[in-house]
Amino acid sequence: MSDAGRRGFLGTAAAALAGVALAPGIRLIDLAGARAPDEPASGKVRWGMLIDSSKCATGCTDCVSACATENGLQDTGRPKTDAQWIRKIDLKDLRSGRQHSAPVMCQHCANPPCVDVCPTGASFKRADGIVLVDRHTCIGCRYCVMACPYKARSFVHENLSAQKPEVPRGKGCVEGCTLCVHRVDKGGTPACVEACTSAGHGAMVFGDLNDPASPIAKRLKELPNRQLRADLRLDPGVRYSGV
Amino acid sequence: MIRRFTGIVLLTLAAGLAFAADRVAKPVIAIDKPGRCVEDTALMRRDHMKLLMHQRDRTMREGVRTKPHSLAGCVDCHASTKTGSVLGPQGFCQSCHDYASVRLDCFECHAAKRGMAAALGAKR
Repeated sequence: MSDAGRRGFLGTAAAALAGVALAPGIRLIDLAGARAPDEPASGKVRWGMLIDSSKCATGCTDCVSACATENGLQDTGRPKTDAQWIRKIDLKDLRSGRQHSAPVMCQHCANPPCVDVCPTGASFKRADGIVLVDRHTCIGCRYCVMACPYKARSFVHENLSAQKPEVPRGKGCVEGCTLCVHRVDKGGTPACVEACTSAGHGAMVFGDLNDPASPIAKRLKELPNRQLRADLRLDPGVRYSGV
Repeated sequence: MIRRFTGIVLLTLAAGLAFAADRVAKPVIAIDKPGRCVEDTALMRRDHMKLLMHQRDRTMREGVRTKPHSLAGCVDCHASTKTGSVLGPQGFCQSCHDYASVRLDCFECHAAKRGMAAALGAKR
């Protein structure tokens, strides 16, 4: 057998093995991209979100409050300086009078400007497309806050207490939506998506953009959708429908 | 005369040394959950910060959350059963760091108490 032939055969055999079903519904390695817990995040996956503004009710803040609960964001009564990881935006077409609403958070760009401008490398993009801040190296210069066209980053102005064990936060650092990375790493979905789904709105879908079989990829194929400020060519992982 | 003077000097020195030894409180190493730590005690005493740093980068940059050297793991085991925290004058982390005069700034951001998540969830 030629070398190329052997390699091809081995590849096919490995793929076939990986797909072996141990029991109905359980596979040795899930082909959809789920990784073993001790495996690093892989570039094969691109986490993203689809927000359908036609299902997003004006005045509903289920996603915002779920985010605050999950990540321990406390309301100090000073909204101008409170950290804001996700916010609701209300839009109105002045000519037709059509109103709609959608949540905006870190768009987890493929080409994130916050990473470009960070002088210490604290702002970074994980292999699976999640954009995060390494608070250990963040010096609080707030260049990323300026660079982000979505106003997705916040600065922590005050001493904090009673942080969540999975979500360490502290004064002097910049932070933003983590796509609930601590939940995603355990195979879960972000808190906002879970809240929206369990409340029956179904306006938010989370999943792997790279996997054509994932619910989000199917919805993206069916539904007309766009990226916010697509002209900036940042290739955000969060897509919007009906805006 | 000289001998007496030397004696006084020695006595003063000894008293001074004793005072110096008492001035800094010895660390309280109260382990409420006895048993084996994730590594040998000697290694943990010398290198716990290196293990934590390595684990931190693996967790944050790569999303690997399985290895045992996590700060949350330390807190889970070593938080006092009285205060629920690793901080405070009797706290496992703080008492030793105070003694060694090493700044302990992990807990400006990280939770220092065991079961903080449950408590916070109940409050809301």
